[in-house]
Amino acid sequence: MTCSEFLALLDDLIDDSVSVETRSQIREHLSGCEHCEVTLNTTRKTIEIYRSHQVYELPNSVRDRLRAAIMARCKNGC
Amino acid sequence: MATIQVTGENEQHPDVALVASARTGDVQAFETLVNKYDRQIFRIAQHITQNREDAQDVVQDAFLKAYEKLDQFQGNSKFYTWLVRIAVNESLMRLRKRRTGKMVSIDEDIETDEGSVPRDLADWSPNPEQNYGQAELAEILRKTIQGLPLGFRVVFQLRDVEGLSTEETAESLGLSVPAVKSRLLRARLQLRERLSRYFRMKKAGEK
Repeated sequence: MTCSEFLALLDDLIDDSVSVETRSQIREHLSGCEHCEVTLNTTRKTIEIYRSHQVYELPNSVRDRLRAAIMARCKNGC
Repeated sequence: MATIQVTGENEQHPDVALVASARTGDVQAFETLVNKYDRQIFRIAQHITQNREDAQDVVQDAFLKAYEKLDQFQGNSKFYTWLVRIAVNESLMRLRKRRTGKMVSIDEDIETDEGSVPRDLADWSPNPEQNYGQAELAEILRKTIQGLPLGFRVVFQLRDVEGLSTEETAESLGLSVPAVKSRLLRARLQLRERLSRYFRMKKAGEK
């Protein structure tokens, strides 16, 4: 497996949708290619960081105001 | 795929009953749906508009539009996916208003090689986020994702952060499944490349 072939499989690997056979080919490539291993690990970490730290949050006070406005309109038939 | 939720034939998604009640005029059922999804809709809207006020308006408009159109909801997709699609369209409309004359589309073909081949191949320090304070880290993450093309950051947010499947992301954005896949790979790699500037292991002597 070449590095380009590995890269083409990166998403499937991260999303856990590769066959057992492909997985063993990937493992073999990774055992001899530090660059691809770093790419895999840091890409996984990238997703994990964005999942655990929301970039935008709706403050509770704004949430309450928006919900009240939405529900008032719904009750009046919009 | 890990994100696809297999629901048994007899197992009904809890939103189905809420939508059915809301259709008959039960506003409390609809309020439950608002409470359940308002934060997600806000985040998605802000990723598209990159404007807090617009994103708040989108939350309001998207839920009101959904309420008005509940009768048209087919039920062959999840309520959440349908709602996200409404919110995406509302967000794009607001963005177009602000950027009159400029093309705004999630579907535009983005000619960029950035991130298609990983360049920064230094490993990251263990738990790199711990080297930054909360506010500083939030700023880094925000600036980094804001720098991505619109189609990339929205696909990443829906698929990787909000947990939609590839198919649901495609449906919400009006894109094909291959288009979502190609954007997702490039988004992940570009974010990785850009975050590397902050998180890479420092060599001896580097500041």
